[in-house]
Amino acid sequence: MAENNRTDSFADALKALDAYIASLPSADGKLIPILHEAQKLIGYLPPEALRHIAGRLGVPVSRVYGVVTFYSFFKTKPKGKYAISVCMGTACFVRGADAILAELKKSLGIEVGETTPDGLFSLDAVRCVGACGLAPLVTVNGKIFGRLKPEDLEGLLDEYRDGGNDA
Amino acid sequence: MRKTESELRVTVCSGTGCISCESDRILHALNEEIKARSLEGKAEVVKVGCLGFCEQGPIVAILPEDIFYVKVTAEDARDIVETHIVKGEIVERLLYEEPNTKERIAHHLDMPFYKSQKRIALKNCGVIDPESIDNAIAAGAYEALRKALFEMTGEEIVRTVKESGLRGRGGAGFSTGLKWEFAAKSVSDKKYVVCNADEGDPGAFMDRAIIEGDPHSILEAMAICGYAIGADEGVIYIRAEYPLAVERLRIALGQAEERGFLGDDILGSGWGFHIDISLGAGAFVCGEETALMQSVEGGRGEPNVKPPYPAANGLWGKPTNINNVETFANIPQIILQGSAWFRKIGTPGSPGTKVFALAGKINNVGLVEVPMGVSLREIIEEIGGGVPGGRKFKAVQTGGPSGGVISEKNLDLKVDFDTLDAAGSMMGSGGLIVVDEDDCMVNFAKFYLEFTVEESCGKCTPCRIGNARLLEILERITEGEGTMEDLENLRYFSHVIKDCSLCALGQTAPNPVLSTLDDFWDEYVAHVLEKRCPAGVCRALASYTIIPELCNGCTLCARACPVSCIKGGVKEVHEIDTANCIKCGVCADKCPKNAIVLK
Repeated sequence: MAENNRTDSFADALKALDAYIASLPSADGKLIPILHEAQKLIGYLPPEALRHIAGRLGVPVSRVYGVVTFYSFFKTKPKGKYAISVCMGTACFVRGADAILAELKKSLGIEVGETTPDGLFSLDAVRCVGACGLAPLVTVNGKIFGRLKPEDLEGLLDEYRDGGNDA
Repeated sequence: MRKTESELRVTVCSGTGCISCESDRILHALNEEIKARSLEGKAEVVKVGCLGFCEQGPIVAILPEDIFYVKVTAEDARDIVETHIVKGEIVERLLYEEPNTKERIAHHLDMPFYKSQKRIALKNCGVIDPESIDNAIAAGAYEALRKALFEMTGEEIVRTVKESGLRGRGGAGFSTGLKWEFAAKSVSDKKYVVCNADEGDPGAFMDRAIIEGDPHSILEAMAICGYAIGADEGVIYIRAEYPLAVERLRIALGQAEERGFLGDDILGSGWGFHIDISLGAGAFVCGEETALMQSVEGGRGEPNVKPPYPAANGLWGKPTNINNVETFANIPQIILQGSAWFRKIGTPGSPGTKVFALAGKINNVGLVEVPMGVSLREIIEEIGGGVPGGRKFKAVQTGGPSGGVISEKNLDLKVDFDTLDAAGSMMGSGGLIVVDEDDCMVNFAKFYLEFTVEESCGKCTPCRIGNARLLEILERITEGEGTMEDLENLRYFSHVIKDCSLCALGQTAPNPVLSTLDDFWDEYVAHVLEKRCPAGVCRALASYTIIPELCNGCTLCARACPVSCIKGGVKEVHEIDTANCIKCGVCADKCPKNAIVLK
């Protein structure tokens, strides 16, 4: 049942993507906006989505794949329900971002780019969120948590584990 | 008691930094408090862009009195409304406290942070509501466009920009006027204006702040540029990591089109100009102009050999002028006030101001705009308030991964494009990262190389392979396995990479290595010959020790040690045999007294 739901929602996402592509005056040079839209709709960019996009644009899948893997913003693996990004910009690095990242890896038991087996958390390292006054910081689904110390993280994760920050 | 006047404008900083400190809640709370007391006629709450003083954010300013409240929370809203707006008294506890004199300062220009700033690019940031075109127009937006369209020819505009001496604020410092002139002289049925908002330097955030705080200044400048060089289409290439900036840009674009400042037949002139937004996708190299254009066209952002330059052969093969956000932000003021006015500010070789992002080990993290030619010491010690916690200043990195470190001995350098180049660094986009005595410079250089290796597009060999070799050597040194030959090779490889790489990313990538070798040679040698990290950062060169005063002899560490190298009986102070220790850190994790440290 759950599997069917996933397939249905994937098909819906592709339909919405097709509508987006059709709304463009021309698809020339629009591969990157299309990939942004696809990732927004599906959450990540699985191989089936890339084949679909290549088919729609009439370009080889290799070209689409080449673009996807070039840019760090595009993800080919599903993210967790809560996507954690640790800012590894210089300002954060100088204020101890590596200790934050190490603590998160230890707490979650995953490496950068991975998702916890329960699908709750994924971990990424990003280059500068541009909120250097709050260094070191992490974002969880885009929400910024700044001026962190490694010992703050367990409490932060717990809030999400309990669904406390769901709203 | 200080008294206030009526008719107040209460501005709430709503840049990315302050919003993450919940300044949107402050905005909401202030509005609620004002509504509850029916004070709408007396005070208006306005959300504004970044005020620059991020360390003290969120900032609420009350105008026209110019009272700055710092580190405000939503819970302070009631006090601000009751005390300040109703009673007309200043809320002393929310005023900025000067850390040395402990004096409370009410007016922003009395604060050392703002005192020596001069705002041109950031003129309207923190002053206007970036989502209101009426606010922007009231502050003078689109006056320069009107002047350009109706009082100047394209040639006059190009000449004015050229004579102003404005140089590209994105990093390289090339003459903006010359760039415009090349693009204007290219003959073509189609030309483009591109705004480079792919602010990739980690630790620099001025472009984001300008777009979040005053998006219309960029749209206006691009239209002026389009008119001057004969282009009818513009593209803003902006990082996807800046959602708020993208959102505000979209709002501004819609409003400008609606009011006839963009689109067909602008202001009834018969001339049309359209702007499109193109989202980046997280690749540092796309800040390089030829790579950026590849990305706008939908491909991998790999740079091309120059020449041909974009002015001759750019986006979609057409003549294109590309400028950085901060460069564009200067244009409306130059058109309105003239090139002579601009040349009076700054130094003869680098007129105007520069926005710097102060970050790292510095008290006043934030954005500052100062005239070119002020010293780094002034920026760091006076405006930036020096290094926190009484630690000792070690160096400042200018220009991000493309720049280099500047140590104490060069702090009195007058900052402009040419002096920073001569000092082995570069202006870059204006990121200033301060490091103190607790930072290891070898590790710092390694951090930047990790960045460049990851961000190298891989197209040319010197950058792809050379930088990977530099990183390997730096890793060896920080692991305590470096040799003196490695240090020679670092220098040799660096020069090969600089001389042979295709684009600016590779040509500048070794700068952090070379500048730290020059200024902190002793630290490298200590790592190699003495197997010691003077700052105590490199883990492999540090060892675990037990602080005798804290150890209570519980034996937990000794029982946990996998190589049995901890000696000591029950209730006796324990000791680690560092010769046999494998530095796994299990003992430190187990110790209930935190008596085991790595140093």
